[in-house]
Amino acid sequence: MTVAATPDIAAEAPGRALGGTTGRRRPLIRRRSAIPGFALTLGVTVTLLSCIVLIPLIAVMIRAAGQSPAEFVATAFSERAFAAYELSFGGALIAALINGVFGLPTAWAMVRYNFPGKALVNALIDLPFALPTAVAGIALATIYAQHGWIGALVAPFKIAYTPLGVIVALTFIGLPFVVRTLEPIIHDLAKDVEEAAASLGAGRLSIFWRVILPALAPAWLTGFAMAFARGVGEYGSVIFIAGNMPYKSEIAPLLIIIQLEQYNYAGAAAIAVVMLTVSFLLLFVINAVQAWARRFA
Amino acid sequence: MKHARLATEDSPWVKALILTAVLGFLALILVLPLVAIFVEALRKGLAAALAAIGDADAIAAIKLTLVTAAIAVPFNAAFGICAAWAIAKHQFRFKSVLITLIDLPFSVSPVVAGLIYVLVFGLQGWFGQWLLDHDIKIIFATPGIVLATLFVTFPFVARELIPLMQEQGVDEEEAAVSLGASGLRTFWSVTAPNIRWGLLYGVLLCNARAMGEFGAVSVVSGHIRGLTNTMPLHVEILYNEYNFVGAFAVAAVLCLLAVVTLAVKTALELAQPQARPVRH
Repeated sequence: MTVAATPDIAAEAPGRALGGTTGRRRPLIRRRSAIPGFALTLGVTVTLLSCIVLIPLIAVMIRAAGQSPAEFVATAFSERAFAAYELSFGGALIAALINGVFGLPTAWAMVRYNFPGKALVNALIDLPFALPTAVAGIALATIYAQHGWIGALVAPFKIAYTPLGVIVALTFIGLPFVVRTLEPIIHDLAKDVEEAAASLGAGRLSIFWRVILPALAPAWLTGFAMAFARGVGEYGSVIFIAGNMPYKSEIAPLLIIIQLEQYNYAGAAAIAVVMLTVSFLLLFVINAVQAWARRFA
Repeated sequence: MKHARLATEDSPWVKALILTAVLGFLALILVLPLVAIFVEALRKGLAAALAAIGDADAIAAIKLTLVTAAIAVPFNAAFGICAAWAIAKHQFRFKSVLITLIDLPFSVSPVVAGLIYVLVFGLQGWFGQWLLDHDIKIIFATPGIVLATLFVTFPFVARELIPLMQEQGVDEEEAAVSLGASGLRTFWSVTAPNIRWGLLYGVLLCNARAMGEFGAVSVVSGHIRGLTNTMPLHVEILYNEYNFVGAFAVAAVLCLLAVVTLAVKTALELAQPQARPVRH
């Protein structure tokens, strides 16, 4: 509280202001700061994080590790579990691809074009974040069922109660991710680069492929990975439309619930650990892509 | 006279093509389900829909949902403010690790989020026997539902406030402190007015998720009618009983909540235009 200016400089350039000139190492816990409440707020943050998130997550890993490797493999990598992973991961992948394909023109239109009802469309894009998943699930199941609005159109071809239904639900859930990650990047896209390319004789299509698309690639990949990660774990919107047939249209989160209903807690934990591992790997990939994109920004 | 097109502008037919594809896709994926909910809810008239919402079990579900959100949202708002104060206003090591850990619930399947509490507080869990001996119910009771909701909505407010407060820097707070203001006074008089819109935005999204959460709550609830059913779970039960009008009537109430959330969110964005990171 006595010196207000020094910590400010230190905060602006951590590691350089002090560490660079005097060769001092950065302190483990805190730098001197004029602003009070650091110990209290960090303490509360770490405590709540540990109690609500970290310790319960460790519990599931301990429970999964408590069984023999043979038992673990028997539930986590059974034929039925593999079919469920295939559907959850494969369905999420296809849905994320669909959203990737439509997300780019959507984001482009939202930033570059003006059209009537744009504000309404903009609000609507966030609907999957705001609408409870179970509500989305029963609505989609009704529309795509055999006598539903779309189901009747494509009959006798079936969408609901098949793996296709899973893809429909996951497309709904993942829709905002690619659009919302691309929008700020398209907005900040320097128009002079496009103008320079045009003045050098490049056609619009060539500008899109050579100038615009490379600039959007990292954000597109981030949005795609986020949509995929969300789809892998999704439950509420999927179970109503999936049909939930073992080996055919049963998603991995549902398999955890089935294990729980049979009081096979270790089995549920085993499948959960497989899903958590993949989710954390995805989180790591998303962070790496973002760090990579920042370096070239 | 023909208006000359800018080099950065798409030709009219490209525009028309993209807009048709985009609006068609959005209509199919987003608008159709929204319309379907209200059409199905009103299939047997408004009276039948209102009767389903006024049913005793539905009222109990609405109450439980409101209670859950009333606990989870202020809790996570307080956590978010604490976390953002520590992270944005101070320098320390492993800061990025802490931010990643706060984000962790976004990457965890809701079903797994419910499962972890069953493994800690359930009958076979770590504290199962102790809780049984002391006659405390967490799983298949309201505390479990609140815990599961806390988990899935944990990062919402923090994720909104951390980048906002980082951007605002520490100059104003340092000025206040150097003039002799206490920490709490600094927060109320200097920081709070700067972050109120961001906080409101985070609380809004946190509330929508808290009221709508299905997977995590489904695992810990036990589905006891009138006791441990939240609104989304009540929708599931009615739907599985082929009571479609009832299911869609309650769903329509949740849908109205979503529409209000989006309307307020749009209003906040118009009032405070700034790029926001994507979140769940």
